[in-house]
Amino acid sequence: MRRVVITGMGTINPLGHDVAETQTAMREGHCAIGPLDIRDADRLVVQIGAQVKNYEPEKLFNRQQIALYDRFTQFTLIAARQALGQAGLEFSGELASRSGVVLGTSGGGLSTQDENYRAVYEERKNRVHPFIVPKLMNNAAAGHVSMEWNLKGPSFTVATACASSNHAMGQAFNMIRWGMADVMVTGGSEAMLCFGGVKAWEGLRVMSKDGCRPFSATRNGMVQGEGAGIFVFEERDHARARGAEIFAEVAGFAMTSDAGDIVMPSKQGAARAITGALRDAHMSCEEIGYINAHGTGTTANDKVECAAIADAFGAHADQVLLSSTKSMHGHLIGGTGAVELLACILALNDGVIAPTIGYEEPDPECALDVVPNTARDAEIGAVLSNAFAFGGANAVLALRKA
Amino acid sequence: MSNSVRDQVVAILADQALMAPAEVSDGAELADLGIDSMTLVEAIFRIEETFDIQVPFNANAPTESEFDISTVASIIAAVEGLIAAQKS
Repeated sequence: MRRVVITGMGTINPLGHDVAETQTAMREGHCAIGPLDIRDADRLVVQIGAQVKNYEPEKLFNRQQIALYDRFTQFTLIAARQALGQAGLEFSGELASRSGVVLGTSGGGLSTQDENYRAVYEERKNRVHPFIVPKLMNNAAAGHVSMEWNLKGPSFTVATACASSNHAMGQAFNMIRWGMADVMVTGGSEAMLCFGGVKAWEGLRVMSKDGCRPFSATRNGMVQGEGAGIFVFEERDHARARGAEIFAEVAGFAMTSDAGDIVMPSKQGAARAITGALRDAHMSCEEIGYINAHGTGTTANDKVECAAIADAFGAHADQVLLSSTKSMHGHLIGGTGAVELLACILALNDGVIAPTIGYEEPDPECALDVVPNTARDAEIGAVLSNAFAFGGANAVLALRKA
Repeated sequence: MSNSVRDQVVAILADQALMAPAEVSDGAELADLGIDSMTLVEAIFRIEETFDIQVPFNANAPTESEFDISTVASIIAAVEGLIAAQKS
């Protein structure tokens, strides 16, 4: 069976505009959650979020590109340029046709929809810009990545809410593993911090008005974030033959469905995905030193996730380190697993476990080592990254030190 | 800045073509300016917004529309005609 490695990484998210800035912020336990600076924020009940700050798209894209690229596409292209620049791959001939892109997003061009619904419904305009459809569609980012980098193999988008990125990276992994492609650009992006995007989440009554405190007894909900994480997955022999730097091996992936409730998580569904990823990677749970939690900061997720880990890991659950970096960068929804994979790579390559910040008080229903508030040094050989989504979709990736 | 219909149409086409207005001659065809179908649709949207008119144009059959896009001059004439017809 072919093996798959990561040879490029890129990101723009509330913690940083590249991987180095992001991983430094993760080590330092920096919190990027703050007052939302968006139109009509005064009409929101939930007025906090983790936004990408100091963002100047006009320095990176020309006017015509900005007219065509929604914010989620812009984030994707920025992160993809970093990842592919690092990988040092040029796509032409056979390699171009053996390479593709699969990305996760939940809202796609939601802010484009929001702006234009506002224009036609609120401002009563009867004419809209011609590029709204190609700008808002969920696969716009994947399409533009394929065009910018000449990727002529599979190009598609996975939309499974909060599991989108993990599902996308799982597809990329398996497509290379089973010979459908040699290189896949993968990860995800989200940009739904606009009035309608926040208002919709607000309606569900699961959002915190004051901060994201995963696993803490004082937690009171999730906080939205935005941004992108993009990786270059490459067949291992191909990467070795060209002397590429390898950041980690993607060792296993599993996805399960709760087949239960559209929003309430299930311990069994999550545990089956965790166990499935271990089995797929031919790993025992004792090999796993760190789990990047889904850890949303909602009452339901965090206790169900801890119970699922306890079930899947048995006695080893008390040894494994678990943290939720959403406490720092917020919940990037369809892009979240991609940005969180950077915490996994930080653990594998630097031996640093990013903390769960905002932790105030133990919750007996979350009685695992959640690395509260400050980063910890640990030798880690293998990690898991959890993502659990509305719809009952669970997707877990297993990574091994390269 | 002049506000004649001609100058405003030329300014829009030049901006869409990433050229200076002086480089856009009345006899030029859209292909000469490097304006493809998607760019043309955006240019028509901007013309509609600028003059508050409806331009009859179907991207499926651009040359069969009532709106004559064969040259810069024909577009200017068509816009002037639409302004006269729709503002009366």
